[in-house]
Amino acid sequence: MKKVTFNERDMMLRVGFFVFVIALWHFSVTLLDISPLVFPAPWGVVVSLYQGIASGEFLFHTGVTLYETLMGFVIGAIVALVLGGLIGQIRLLEKIFYPYIVAFQAMPKVAVAPLFVAWFGFGVTSKIIITATIVFFPILANTIVGLRSAPREQIEMMAAFTASPWQKFLMVRFPHALPYIFAGLDVGIVLAIIGAIVGEFVGAQAGLGYLILQRNFSMDITGVFAILIVLSAIGIGLHTIMKFIAKRTVFWSETSEDLRQ
Amino acid sequence: MKNALSEGLDNTDSPCPAFCFQDVNKLYPSRDGLNVEALRNINFEVSRREFVTVVGPSGCGKSTLLKILAGITDATSGRVEINGVLQQGPSVEIGVVFQSPVLLPWRNILENVLVPAEIQKRDKKQSKDKAYELLNMVGLNGFETKYPKELSGGMQQRVGIARALINDPSILLMDEPFGALDAMTRESMNMELLRLKESIGATIMLVTHSIPEAIFLGDRVVVMSPRPGCVEEIMTIDLPEKRELSIINSEKFGAYDSHIRHALNSKVGLD
Ligand SMILES: Nc1ncnc2c1ncn2[C@@H]1O[C@H](COP(=O)(O)OP(=O)(O)OP(=O)(O)O)[C@@H](O)[C@H]1O
Ligand SMILES: [Mg+2]
Repeated sequence: MKKVTFNERDMMLRVGFFVFVIALWHFSVTLLDISPLVFPAPWGVVVSLYQGIASGEFLFHTGVTLYETLMGFVIGAIVALVLGGLIGQIRLLEKIFYPYIVAFQAMPKVAVAPLFVAWFGFGVTSKIIITATIVFFPILANTIVGLRSAPREQIEMMAAFTASPWQKFLMVRFPHALPYIFAGLDVGIVLAIIGAIVGEFVGAQAGLGYLILQRNFSMDITGVFAILIVLSAIGIGLHTIMKFIAKRTVFWSETSEDLRQ
Repeated sequence: MKNALSEGLDNTDSPCPAFCFQDVNKLYPSRDGLNVEALRNINFEVSRREFVTVVGPSGCGKSTLLKILAGITDATSGRVEINGVLQQGPSVEIGVVFQSPVLLPWRNILENVLVPAEIQKRDKKQSKDKAYELLNMVGLNGFETKYPKELSGGMQQRVGIARALINDPSILLMDEPFGALDAMTRESMNMELLRLKESIGATIMLVTHSIPEAIFLGDRVVVMSPRPGCVEEIMTIDLPEKRELSIINSEKFGAYDSHIRHALNSKVGLD
């Protein structure tokens, strides 16, 4: 259970490698005399990042993107869990719904995004809906697989002790599915950020995606890099929180990591 | 403790057997159209508080027999009675110990033992006291809040036994409960099982691969032969009620042993 994630030597290697990458970046850019309009130097990015934070600009746009991301994630996850729960339990529903779900999943959401913006406007609503549709599928698929894959012997054990179908669901199928569901949620939370950014690219009035487009137009490549750093920080943060919750909830599962596809 | 564990068995004096099989057949349908005849013409009855053991080579339908009695699998034809009543699905009267422990990894040991009580919606406090008592009986006191993966295979199997007993079943079914254990642990588990039998006063049916184990534990031994699985012979074991391990070296024990081996070998080559 307890893994040695890093000891001192690992830590030194990591820091060393980080310094090496930054140095390589810095010297490549300065020695080759690359224009900041093409590829900015690390120091410029740090300055831009600081300015963005200090001026409150990042805080505002991050707030908008984070709101879209989380709302979309929560809505998509709830729909996926409810539908997954029903489909996982009732085979007939799978036969009826699943072809449409797969067809919908096969559609690239990026291609559908302009439609949502046309329907729901340039505000946050269209972004939330795009995010929800992207988040939906991995959570749905994992929920169904999790509910279906309860070991036969555990179900037989429950049956031998006269459990009702509902008791089998509550006491075995659902807890058994939890590691799968968390693996789906973990994929979903990262996809959610993509959903929000895609939505903002198509047409928005605020958000980090909107800000990227703006800065791109005004040739502020250094500023774009700064936003990318903010975005990946958000991604890492959300993923870490998700993993923390998963570890607490499905403490018995040693493989929840491996279940992620 | 004895009284607490035997409550609910007050009607044990009625004359009908604990359970019986009448002309039970079982066919497993198969994809290629060749059905597997797992059991043919099973006919026997077991009286209350009897300890029957079932031996037979792998694949002769021992587990199938037990699953039919437990109500997990339906017989293709024939009739099973439990306490004189036609069996229709799983019954509260029956506790099952499975070949592998089948514990739920997200529940601690105490919660695992309480699963059947929760299913029956029994009184929480009472069941909990009973679970502690049973865990104590199988030698696992102090492990209540541990999780299954923190226990050895033999300990998990004992949790399975405690779980099977939580609702005071009058019939205890065990499918090769010690199959995965080493010989030494197995022997001590067998001794514990005999003690247990004394204290719970249930009817027990135990499936095993091991002929000595079947003789050592059983009041009677049901010898099964394979393809199709049927009862080859039912032997009454006339050994003293109080059994010690040394009995295995007795002449009588050896005679039973070779008799069963012979009965099995006449049908198929057993290892
Ligand atoms: N669910 C099933 N579907 C199809 N055939 C089955 C099924 N379960 C058992 N069988 C078949 O029925 C026969 C008896 O199986 P069973 O599990 O009862 O044997 P067993 O005596 O318990 O064997 P073992 O000692 O190896 O556990 C076997 O030939 C097996 O192939
Ligand atoms: Mg078996």
